[in-house]
Amino acid sequence: MKLGTDLGFRLSICAIAALLLLAIAAPCIAPHDPERAQPELRLKDPCGAYPLGTDHLGRCIFSRVVFGIRISLFIGLVVVLISASIGMILGEAAGYYGGILDEAIMRLVDAFLSFPSIFLALAVIGFLGSGLTNLMLSLILVEWTGYARLVRSEVLSLQGKEFLEAARSLGASDLCIMSRHILPNILPSLLVMATLSVGYAILGAASLSFLGLGVQPPTPEWGSMMNDARPFIRSHPLMMIFPGTAITITVLAFHLLGDGIRKKLNPRSEWEKQLRF
Amino acid sequence: MLSFLAKRLLLLLPVLLLVSIIAFSLFYLSPGDPAEILLTGPQGPPDPAAVQEFREREGLNDPAAILYMRWLSKVAQGDLGYSYVSGERVSDAVLGSFMPTLRLSLISLLISLMISFPLGILSAVKRGSAIDCLGMTISLLGVSVPNFWLAYLLIILFALNLDILPVAGYGQEGDILHLILPAATLGISAAAVTCRMIRTSMLEALGQDYIAAARARGLPERSVVLRHALRNVLLPVITVVSLNFTYLLNGSAVVETVFAWPGIGNLMTRCIFSRDYPMILGCMLFLAFITLALNLLTDICYYYLNPRMRHEAGN
Repeated sequence: MKLGTDLGFRLSICAIAALLLLAIAAPCIAPHDPERAQPELRLKDPCGAYPLGTDHLGRCIFSRVVFGIRISLFIGLVVVLISASIGMILGEAAGYYGGILDEAIMRLVDAFLSFPSIFLALAVIGFLGSGLTNLMLSLILVEWTGYARLVRSEVLSLQGKEFLEAARSLGASDLCIMSRHILPNILPSLLVMATLSVGYAILGAASLSFLGLGVQPPTPEWGSMMNDARPFIRSHPLMMIFPGTAITITVLAFHLLGDGIRKKLNPRSEWEKQLRF
Repeated sequence: MLSFLAKRLLLLLPVLLLVSIIAFSLFYLSPGDPAEILLTGPQGPPDPAAVQEFREREGLNDPAAILYMRWLSKVAQGDLGYSYVSGERVSDAVLGSFMPTLRLSLISLLISLMISFPLGILSAVKRGSAIDCLGMTISLLGVSVPNFWLAYLLIILFALNLDILPVAGYGQEGDILHLILPAATLGISAAAVTCRMIRTSMLEALGQDYIAAARARGLPERSVVLRHALRNVLLPVITVVSLNFTYLLNGSAVVETVFAWPGIGNLMTRCIFSRDYPMILGCMLFLAFITLALNLLTDICYYYLNPRMRHEAGN
């Protein structure tokens, strides 16, 4: 088991490093312009010049998959960064001040959580329109609640600890206590959650783009590439399979990374290792 | 019990109110004027004077707070308005499309539990073995694979290559064949999540003192696992089932579109494309209501099945 998890952790680091490298070097690696349509070359099978074949408009699928890494990672990282910041601020305020503020923030969290997440995202896009900005906004509205809950419970578990009392007795302001003393203590669990949710954000963005409601063509995005492939599923199933594989590998890598970080940070996993059944 | 229920219901009120405010704000912020959308016919954009008159008559020029109150009082009476596109009652359309979704979800739930229960328990009991590794790998893959991709993989394999199942559609009422692929897709992806949760709670139960005590008394391992650990796992499983259901509802949004299943996810996607705002709003509110009701039901089950909670509430 130990070997297995360590292997997964290492593999995930390699995979994410490779993805980042591919994303940065996409123009050098991709053999063709991902958006240039060449109708005379449409629906070609994989060959030397087009390693993964071409799509219904004659665009190189390999180039599109490689360029797709950029947009997926961008969406994943931005969504996680913003939603984690919102959740952290609100969760910390709720946990630290308690009382009516806590009550108000947590009821808001409950309200957001009572919409099944993808339907909330769909509704945001449905009302405000599709496109990259609204796609990210919808995912942020879905994801911030998790961080708020996590941070609040972590802050509550720190309440009454001596080091906080000490800081307060030295005259530290609330803001200083929250950012200098509480935050470093909750950062590890925040990091685990953030890593895991990069994968979820990428998956959510791909789902919405697949429905035609996220990133709009001709931008190369894996979900919308799969949407393009739908009419050709009978004759050219590979067009569907390649972008799906890319999504799976990326999401899997972030899952393994998050799991790996959790196991490294959580002392309980040490305790679990002692137990042999 | 009554006081517990009353307390839970009372706590729901502010949440319901916030749910309605969130939904209404999105509706209010949407670009496009309802009057203009309603009056746009086949003849093209409507006359600006007619739009203005319509706004006056329907009271659309009132401030947002007044519009919200008016809308809320209608919703409270179960009136979700009428579709911009087809003109049918939103509540009828939403309820009508929820039945196929419910049918799909229940079968998927069954599939998911049939896979995840044995696999999760076996993984926990045989911790670190090949079965555990296999189970965890499958569940990791399951949460990483986009469910719409899985759907197409199943379609390619079973509907196109083997040609034993239909590609998509609802079929006749009570048709099982059309149900298999969408239910399998949703069931498998939900099982991936559930399997992990069952494994964790089983591991937790197996680490308890009473298990050590049962082992110390020399009980056979089979009895320790099945009679002592498993019974204590059943309680968290209720949460698992209810979470599973929400997970399935979520998955249905995309999977229903892939399989052209006439459910609520499909309805919502179609309405977004036709900019049918009252319909989107209706779906949203209905699903929030279902989720909250489900959470309440879970709490009640917990209350019934967990003597400790009953005791605490009694004091």
